[in-house]
Amino acid sequence: MRKGVMRPGHIQLRVMDMDEAVIHYRDRLGLIETDRDDSGRVYLKGWTELDAFSVVLRPADEPGMDFMGFKVVSTEAMNQLKQELVDFGCPVEVIPAGELNQCGERVRFEAPTGHMFELYADKEQTGKWGVQPNNPDAWPEELKGMRAQRFDHCLLYGDDLDGALDLFVNVLGFQLSEEVVDTESGVRVAQFISCSMKAHDLAWVRHPEKNKFHHASFYLETWGDVLRAADLISMHDMSLDIGPTRHGLTHGQTIYFFDPSGNRSEVFCGGDYTYPDHPVVTWDADKLGKAIFYHDRVLNERFLSVLT
Amino acid sequence: MDQATKYKVKDRETGEYFECSQEQSLLVAMERTHPGLIKVGCRGGGCGTCKIRVLEGDYITKVMSKAQVSEQEKQLGYVLACRAYPRSDLLFELAVQEQ
Ligand code: FES
Ligand SMILES: [Fe+2]
Repeated sequence: MRKGVMRPGHIQLRVMDMDEAVIHYRDRLGLIETDRDDSGRVYLKGWTELDAFSVVLRPADEPGMDFMGFKVVSTEAMNQLKQELVDFGCPVEVIPAGELNQCGERVRFEAPTGHMFELYADKEQTGKWGVQPNNPDAWPEELKGMRAQRFDHCLLYGDDLDGALDLFVNVLGFQLSEEVVDTESGVRVAQFISCSMKAHDLAWVRHPEKNKFHHASFYLETWGDVLRAADLISMHDMSLDIGPTRHGLTHGQTIYFFDPSGNRSEVFCGGDYTYPDHPVVTWDADKLGKAIFYHDRVLNERFLSVLT
Repeated sequence: MDQATKYKVKDRETGEYFECSQEQSLLVAMERTHPGLIKVGCRGGGCGTCKIRVLEGDYITKVMSKAQVSEQEKQLGYVLACRAYPRSDLLFELAVQEQ
Protein backbone atom coordinates (compact mmCIF):
# COMPACT_ATOMS: atom_id res chain seq x y z
CA MET A 1 0.00 0.00 0.00
CA ARG A 2 1.43 3.37 -1.05
CA LYS A 3 2.05 5.76 1.82
CA GLY A 4 2.91 9.02 0.14
CA VAL A 5 6.45 8.36 -1.08
CA MET A 6 6.34 9.54 -4.69
CA ARG A 7 9.71 9.15 -6.34
CA PRO A 8 13.49 9.19 -6.08
CA GLY A 9 14.29 12.87 -5.63
CA HIS A 10 18.01 13.12 -5.14
CA ILE A 11 21.30 11.38 -4.57
CA GLN A 12 24.47 12.78 -3.02
CA LEU A 13 27.65 11.18 -4.35
CA ARG A 14 31.21 11.58 -3.12
CA VAL A 15 33.82 12.42 -5.75
CA MET A 16 37.58 12.81 -5.41
CA ASP A 17 38.18 15.41 -8.14
CA MET A 18 35.32 17.86 -8.62
CA ASP A 19 36.43 19.24 -11.99
CA GLU A 20 36.65 15.76 -13.50
CA ALA A 21 33.33 14.80 -11.88
CA VAL A 22 31.53 17.82 -13.30
CA ILE A 23 32.80 16.94 -16.78
CA HIS A 24 31.38 13.43 -16.32
CA TYR A 25 27.95 14.36 -14.97
CA ARG A 26 27.39 17.63 -16.83
CA ASP A 27 29.19 17.29 -20.16
CA ARG A 28 29.02 13.50 -20.68
CA LEU A 29 25.75 12.44 -19.01
CA GLY A 30 24.34 15.78 -20.05
CA LEU A 31 22.85 16.81 -16.71
CA ILE A 32 22.23 20.51 -16.14
CA GLU A 33 24.41 22.19 -13.51
CA THR A 34 21.99 24.22 -11.39
CA ASP A 35 23.94 25.41 -8.34
CA ARG A 36 27.04 25.23 -6.14
CA ASP A 37 27.29 25.81 -2.40
CA ASP A 38 29.81 27.06 0.18
CA SER A 39 30.89 23.56 1.12
CA GLY A 40 31.99 22.92 -2.48
CA ARG A 41 29.03 20.78 -3.48
CA VAL A 42 27.77 20.92 -7.07
CA TYR A 43 24.04 20.49 -7.85
CA LEU A 44 22.69 19.06 -11.10
CA LYS A 45 19.52 17.67 -12.61
CA GLY A 46 18.17 15.97 -15.72
CA TRP A 47 16.49 18.43 -18.03
CA THR A 48 12.98 16.90 -17.64
CA GLU A 49 13.03 17.10 -13.85
CA LEU A 50 10.85 19.80 -12.30
CA ASP A 51 12.67 20.10 -8.97
CA ALA A 52 15.70 22.37 -8.58
CA PHE A 53 18.22 19.50 -8.46
CA SER A 54 18.50 15.72 -8.21
CA VAL A 55 22.24 14.99 -8.14
CA VAL A 56 24.62 16.50 -5.60
CA LEU A 57 28.37 15.91 -5.90
CA ARG A 58 30.41 16.33 -2.71
CA PRO A 59 34.19 16.59 -2.70
CA ALA A 60 35.66 13.81 -0.52
CA ASP A 61 38.71 11.56 -0.26
CA GLU A 62 36.78 8.40 -1.03
CA PRO A 63 33.95 7.78 -3.50
CA GLY A 64 30.51 6.30 -2.82
CA MET A 65 27.00 7.41 -1.93
CA ASP A 66 26.22 9.68 1.02
CA PHE A 67 22.45 9.25 0.76
CA MET A 68 19.49 8.88 -1.57
CA GLY A 69 16.37 11.03 -1.03
CA PHE A 70 12.72 10.39 -1.87
CA LYS A 71 10.08 13.06 -2.32
CA VAL A 72 6.83 12.55 -0.38
CA VAL A 73 3.47 14.14 -1.14
CA SER A 74 3.24 16.44 1.89
CA THR A 75 4.85 17.54 5.13
CA GLU A 76 2.10 15.71 7.04
CA ALA A 77 2.94 12.47 5.23
CA MET A 78 6.64 13.04 5.93
CA ASN A 79 6.03 13.58 9.66
CA GLN A 80 3.79 10.53 9.86
CA LEU A 81 6.49 8.41 8.20
CA LYS A 82 9.14 9.91 10.49
CA GLN A 83 7.27 8.56 13.50
CA GLU A 84 6.83 5.18 11.88
CA LEU A 85 10.56 5.04 11.07
CA VAL A 86 11.35 5.73 14.73
CA ASP A 87 8.86 3.05 15.82
CA PHE A 88 10.47 0.61 13.38
CA GLY A 89 13.75 1.20 15.21
CA CYS A 90 15.69 3.11 12.55
CA PRO A 91 18.19 5.74 13.56
CA VAL A 92 16.40 8.93 12.39
CA GLU A 93 17.75 12.48 12.14
CA VAL A 94 16.08 15.68 10.96
CA ILE A 95 18.19 17.79 8.58
CA PRO A 96 17.10 21.43 8.65
CA ALA A 97 15.70 23.23 5.62
CA GLY A 98 18.42 24.91 3.57
CA GLU A 99 21.20 22.44 4.36
CA LEU A 100 20.84 21.59 0.70
CA ASN A 101 20.13 24.73 -1.31
CA GLN A 102 16.47 25.15 -2.25
CA CYS A 103 15.43 22.05 -0.28
CA GLY A 104 13.16 21.94 2.75
CA GLU A 105 13.51 19.85 5.89
CA ARG A 106 14.66 16.27 5.35
CA VAL A 107 14.09 13.20 7.48
CA ARG A 108 17.23 11.09 7.25
CA PHE A 109 17.28 7.46 8.33
CA GLU A 110 19.62 4.51 8.19
CA ALA A 111 18.29 1.32 6.57
CA PRO A 112 19.25 -2.12 7.95
CA THR A 113 21.79 -2.43 5.10
CA GLY A 114 23.68 0.60 6.44
CA HIS A 115 22.60 2.92 3.62
CA MET A 116 21.36 6.42 4.41
CA PHE A 117 18.06 7.57 2.92
CA GLU A 118 16.02 10.74 3.23
CA LEU A 119 12.44 11.86 2.83
CA TYR A 120 11.52 15.43 1.97
CA ALA A 121 8.31 17.18 0.98
CA ASP A 122 9.57 20.52 -0.29
CA LYS A 123 12.11 21.44 -2.90
CA GLU A 124 11.84 24.45 -5.13
CA GLN A 125 10.27 23.54 -8.46
CA THR A 126 12.13 25.45 -11.10
CA GLY A 127 10.49 23.48 -13.92
CA LYS A 128 11.87 21.55 -16.83
CA TRP A 129 15.08 23.01 -18.13
CA GLY A 130 15.08 24.72 -21.48
CA VAL A 131 11.39 24.34 -22.37
CA GLN A 132 8.40 26.53 -21.53
CA PRO A 133 5.85 25.19 -19.00
CA ASN A 134 3.03 26.30 -21.28
CA ASN A 135 2.78 24.77 -24.77
CA PRO A 136 6.12 23.04 -24.14
CA ASP A 137 8.32 21.95 -27.02
CA ALA A 138 9.60 18.38 -27.14
CA TRP A 139 13.14 19.01 -25.94
CA PRO A 140 15.68 21.80 -25.61
CA GLU A 141 18.26 22.04 -28.37
CA GLU A 142 21.17 23.00 -26.12
CA LEU A 143 21.58 19.65 -24.34
CA LYS A 144 25.03 18.11 -24.04
CA GLY A 145 26.43 14.58 -24.14
CA MET A 146 24.02 11.73 -23.48
CA ARG A 147 21.15 14.16 -22.75
CA ALA A 148 20.05 12.22 -19.65
CA GLN A 149 16.42 12.97 -18.87
CA ARG A 150 16.27 12.24 -15.16
CA PHE A 151 17.92 10.56 -12.21
CA ASP A 152 15.96 7.30 -12.13
CA HIS A 153 17.12 4.75 -9.53
CA CYS A 154 20.05 3.25 -7.62
CA LEU A 155 21.41 -0.23 -7.10
CA LEU A 156 22.98 -0.76 -3.70
CA TYR A 157 24.86 -3.67 -2.13
CA GLY A 158 24.35 -4.60 1.51
CA ASP A 159 23.80 -7.37 4.01
CA ASP A 160 20.35 -7.23 5.62
CA LEU A 161 18.12 -7.30 2.55
CA ASP A 162 15.21 -8.76 4.50
CA GLY A 163 15.30 -5.92 7.02
CA ALA A 164 15.53 -3.32 4.25
CA LEU A 165 12.59 -4.88 2.42
CA ASP A 166 10.49 -4.95 5.58
CA LEU A 167 11.25 -1.27 6.15
CA PHE A 168 10.59 -0.08 2.61
CA VAL A 169 7.45 -2.17 2.08
CA ASN A 170 5.79 -2.06 5.47
CA VAL A 171 6.82 1.39 6.67
CA LEU A 172 7.33 3.36 3.46
CA GLY A 173 4.75 1.68 1.20
CA PHE A 174 7.01 0.39 -1.57
CA GLN A 175 6.22 -2.79 -3.46
CA LEU A 176 8.54 -5.67 -4.28
CA SER A 177 8.46 -5.81 -8.08
CA GLU A 178 11.23 -8.26 -8.95
CA GLU A 179 13.57 -10.55 -7.06
CA VAL A 180 16.31 -13.12 -7.53
CA VAL A 181 15.93 -16.12 -5.24
CA ASP A 182 18.26 -19.02 -4.55
CA THR A 183 15.92 -21.93 -5.23
CA GLU A 184 17.64 -24.27 -2.78
CA SER A 185 17.99 -22.04 0.27
CA GLY A 186 15.10 -19.67 -0.47
CA VAL A 187 17.43 -16.73 0.17
CA ARG A 188 16.60 -13.59 -1.79
CA VAL A 189 19.90 -12.51 -3.34
CA ALA A 190 18.53 -9.40 -5.09
CA GLN A 191 15.40 -7.29 -4.68
CA PHE A 192 13.89 -4.56 -6.83
CA ILE A 193 11.34 -2.24 -5.24
CA SER A 194 9.04 0.44 -6.56
CA CYS A 195 6.99 3.31 -5.17
CA SER A 196 5.63 4.12 -8.62
CA MET A 197 4.75 2.40 -11.89
CA LYS A 198 8.42 1.88 -12.71
CA ALA A 199 9.87 -1.62 -12.47
CA HIS A 200 12.23 -0.26 -9.83
CA ASP A 201 13.00 2.92 -7.98
CA LEU A 202 15.63 1.22 -5.85
CA ALA A 203 17.31 -2.18 -5.78
CA TRP A 204 19.70 -4.18 -3.64
CA VAL A 205 22.02 -7.12 -4.16
CA ARG A 206 22.98 -9.19 -1.13
CA HIS A 207 26.61 -8.66 -0.14
CA PRO A 208 28.53 -9.23 3.10
CA GLU A 209 29.53 -5.58 3.65
CA LYS A 210 27.12 -2.81 4.62
CA ASN A 211 26.55 0.43 2.77
CA LYS A 212 28.10 -0.22 -0.64
CA PHE A 213 27.12 1.61 -3.80
CA HIS A 214 26.78 -0.12 -7.17
CA HIS A 215 25.31 2.45 -9.56
CA ALA A 216 23.18 5.52 -10.08
CA SER A 217 21.00 5.29 -13.15
CA PHE A 218 19.75 7.93 -15.54
CA TYR A 219 16.91 7.61 -18.00
CA LEU A 220 17.22 7.97 -21.77
CA GLU A 221 14.34 7.89 -24.22
CA THR A 222 15.36 5.27 -26.79
CA TRP A 223 17.72 2.39 -27.58
CA GLY A 224 19.23 4.72 -30.16
CA ASP A 225 20.09 7.08 -27.31
CA VAL A 226 21.77 4.20 -25.43
CA LEU A 227 23.90 3.41 -28.51
CA ARG A 228 24.71 7.09 -28.86
CA ALA A 229 25.83 7.07 -25.21
CA ALA A 230 28.13 4.15 -26.08
CA ASP A 231 29.60 6.24 -28.92
CA LEU A 232 30.29 9.09 -26.50
CA ILE A 233 31.98 6.71 -24.05
CA SER A 234 34.39 5.69 -26.84
CA MET A 235 34.85 9.23 -28.17
CA HIS A 236 35.94 10.44 -24.76
CA ASP A 237 37.79 7.25 -23.76
CA MET A 238 35.61 6.89 -20.67
CA SER A 239 35.84 3.83 -18.41
CA LEU A 240 33.34 1.31 -19.81
CA ASP A 241 31.94 -1.44 -17.61
CA ILE A 242 29.57 -3.39 -19.86
CA GLY A 243 27.02 -2.85 -22.60
CA PRO A 244 25.13 -1.79 -24.57
CA THR A 245 22.93 -4.75 -23.66
CA ARG A 246 19.59 -5.64 -22.09
CA HIS A 247 18.78 -6.69 -18.54
CA GLY A 248 16.63 -9.76 -17.90
CA LEU A 249 15.49 -8.22 -14.62
CA THR A 250 13.17 -5.29 -15.53
CA HIS A 251 14.13 -5.81 -19.23
CA GLY A 252 15.67 -2.35 -19.52
CA GLN A 253 18.23 -1.64 -22.26
CA THR A 254 21.40 -0.38 -20.72
CA ILE A 255 25.06 0.56 -20.65
CA TYR A 256 27.29 0.81 -17.55
CA PHE A 257 30.38 2.96 -17.15
CA PHE A 258 32.32 4.66 -14.38
CA ASP A 259 32.74 8.25 -13.27
CA PRO A 260 36.36 9.47 -12.80
CA SER A 261 36.21 8.57 -9.06
CA GLY A 262 35.09 5.01 -9.75
CA ASN A 263 31.36 5.40 -9.02
CA ARG A 264 29.38 3.40 -11.55
CA SER A 265 26.85 5.19 -13.77
CA GLU A 266 24.11 3.63 -15.88
CA VAL A 267 22.04 5.09 -18.69
CA PHE A 268 19.09 3.01 -19.81
CA CYS A 269 15.78 3.08 -21.62
CA GLY A 270 12.64 0.98 -21.69
CA GLY A 271 11.86 -1.62 -19.11
CA ASP A 272 8.78 -3.16 -17.57
CA TYR A 273 6.10 -1.46 -15.48
CA THR A 274 4.53 -2.36 -12.14
CA TYR A 275 1.02 -1.87 -10.78
CA PRO A 276 0.13 -2.64 -7.17
CA ASP A 277 -1.80 -5.77 -8.20
CA HIS A 278 1.12 -7.25 -10.14
CA PRO A 279 2.68 -10.37 -8.67
CA VAL A 280 6.41 -10.33 -7.93
CA VAL A 281 8.57 -11.36 -10.90
CA THR A 282 11.04 -13.99 -9.72
CA TRP A 283 14.32 -15.01 -11.32
CA ASP A 284 16.11 -18.13 -10.09
CA ALA A 285 19.61 -17.44 -8.80
CA ASP A 286 21.06 -20.10 -11.11
CA LYS A 287 19.87 -17.89 -14.01
CA LEU A 288 21.57 -14.81 -12.58
CA GLY A 289 23.74 -14.34 -15.66
CA LYS A 290 20.72 -14.03 -17.92
CA ALA A 291 18.83 -12.02 -15.29
CA ILE A 292 21.52 -9.36 -15.25
CA PHE A 293 22.90 -9.48 -18.81
CA TYR A 294 20.17 -10.91 -21.00
CA HIS A 295 22.28 -11.26 -24.15
CA ASP A 296 25.61 -12.57 -22.82
CA ARG A 297 23.81 -14.72 -20.21
CA VAL A 298 27.01 -14.72 -18.17
CA LEU A 299 27.73 -12.51 -15.25
CA ASN A 300 31.02 -10.68 -15.37
CA GLU A 301 32.74 -10.78 -12.02
CA ARG A 302 33.06 -7.01 -12.07
CA PHE A 303 29.29 -6.61 -11.69
CA LEU A 304 29.40 -8.39 -8.33
CA SER A 305 32.67 -7.13 -6.90
CA VAL A 306 33.39 -3.60 -8.14
CA LEU A 307 31.70 -1.20 -5.74
CA THR A 308 32.32 2.13 -4.05
CA MET B 1 63.19 10.58 -20.68
CA ASP B 2 60.89 11.48 -23.54
CA GLN B 3 57.21 10.64 -23.58
CA ALA B 4 57.55 7.68 -25.91
CA THR B 5 59.86 5.83 -23.52
CA LYS B 6 58.32 2.56 -22.44
CA TYR B 7 59.07 1.24 -19.01
CA LYS B 8 58.97 -2.45 -18.18
CA VAL B 9 56.41 -3.29 -15.48
CA LYS B 10 57.00 -6.78 -14.12
CA ASP B 11 54.94 -9.09 -11.90
CA ARG B 12 57.30 -10.56 -9.29
CA GLU B 13 55.36 -13.78 -8.93
CA THR B 14 55.02 -14.84 -12.58
CA GLY B 15 57.86 -12.88 -14.14
CA GLU B 16 55.43 -11.63 -16.78
CA TYR B 17 55.67 -8.00 -17.77
CA PHE B 18 54.09 -5.31 -19.91
CA GLU B 19 55.30 -1.97 -21.20
CA CYS B 20 53.94 1.36 -20.06
CA SER B 21 54.77 4.95 -21.01
CA GLN B 22 54.76 7.71 -18.42
CA GLU B 23 51.52 9.05 -19.87
CA GLN B 24 49.61 5.82 -19.27
CA SER B 25 48.28 4.40 -16.05
CA LEU B 26 49.72 0.98 -15.28
CA LEU B 27 46.24 -0.52 -15.49
CA VAL B 28 45.38 0.88 -18.92
CA ALA B 29 48.75 -0.20 -20.35
CA MET B 30 48.27 -3.68 -18.87
CA GLU B 31 44.72 -3.92 -20.30
CA ARG B 32 45.94 -3.05 -23.80
CA THR B 33 49.02 -5.26 -23.96
CA HIS B 34 48.75 -7.99 -21.33
CA PRO B 35 45.12 -8.32 -20.22
CA GLY B 36 44.46 -10.42 -17.15
CA LEU B 37 47.68 -9.72 -15.29
CA ILE B 38 45.95 -7.25 -12.94
CA LYS B 39 42.19 -7.26 -12.31
CA VAL B 40 40.29 -4.31 -13.76
CA GLY B 41 37.49 -2.53 -11.94
CA CYS B 42 36.45 1.10 -12.16
CA ARG B 43 39.73 2.49 -13.56
CA GLY B 44 39.12 5.56 -11.37
CA GLY B 45 40.92 4.87 -8.08
CA GLY B 46 37.68 4.10 -6.29
CA CYS B 47 37.02 0.37 -6.01
CA GLY B 48 40.37 -1.14 -4.99
CA THR B 49 40.20 -4.02 -7.50
CA CYS B 50 43.52 -3.15 -9.14
CA LYS B 51 45.54 -2.73 -5.93
CA ILE B 52 49.19 -3.73 -6.24
CA ARG B 53 52.37 -3.22 -4.24
CA VAL B 54 55.35 -1.77 -6.02
CA LEU B 55 58.53 -3.38 -4.74
CA GLU B 56 61.08 -1.57 -6.91
CA GLY B 57 61.05 1.55 -9.05
CA ASP B 58 59.61 5.06 -9.21
CA TYR B 59 56.12 6.19 -10.08
CA ILE B 60 53.70 9.00 -9.44
CA THR B 61 50.08 8.62 -8.37
CA LYS B 62 46.89 10.53 -8.93
CA VAL B 63 44.20 10.74 -6.24
CA MET B 64 43.20 7.34 -4.80
CA SER B 65 40.35 6.43 -2.46
CA LYS B 66 41.50 6.62 1.16
CA ALA B 67 39.18 3.72 1.85
CA GLN B 68 41.30 1.55 -0.49
CA VAL B 69 44.84 2.78 0.19
CA SER B 70 45.65 4.36 3.56
CA GLU B 71 48.50 6.86 4.06
CA GLN B 72 50.49 4.14 5.77
CA GLU B 73 49.98 1.65 2.94
CA LYS B 74 51.01 4.31 0.46
CA GLN B 75 54.35 4.60 2.26
CA LEU B 76 54.77 0.83 1.86
CA GLY B 77 54.34 1.01 -1.92
CA TYR B 78 50.69 0.02 -2.19
CA VAL B 79 48.96 1.73 -5.13
CA LEU B 80 45.92 1.42 -7.31
CA ALA B 81 47.33 0.51 -10.73
CA CYS B 82 44.70 2.69 -12.43
CA ARG B 83 46.12 5.76 -10.65
CA ALA B 84 49.86 5.04 -10.94
CA TYR B 85 52.15 6.28 -13.74
CA PRO B 86 55.68 4.87 -14.10
CA ARG B 87 58.87 6.92 -13.94
CA SER B 88 61.20 3.93 -14.19
CA ASP B 89 60.97 0.16 -14.72
CA LEU B 90 58.82 -1.35 -11.97
CA LEU B 91 58.59 -4.63 -10.09
CA PHE B 92 55.24 -5.28 -8.43
CA GLU B 93 53.08 -7.90 -6.73
CA LEU B 94 49.29 -8.21 -6.61
CA ALA B 95 47.73 -6.99 -3.37
CA VAL B 96 44.14 -8.21 -3.83
CA GLN B 97 43.11 -11.58 -2.37
CA GLU B 98 41.64 -14.02 -4.87
CA GLN B 99 37.98 -14.50 -3.95
S1 FES C 1 40.21 -0.27 -11.01
FE1 FES C 1 39.03 0.56 -9.35
S2 FES C 1 40.62 1.36 -8.11
FE2 FES C 1 41.70 0.77 -9.92
FE1 LIG D 1 20.05 0.07 -12.94
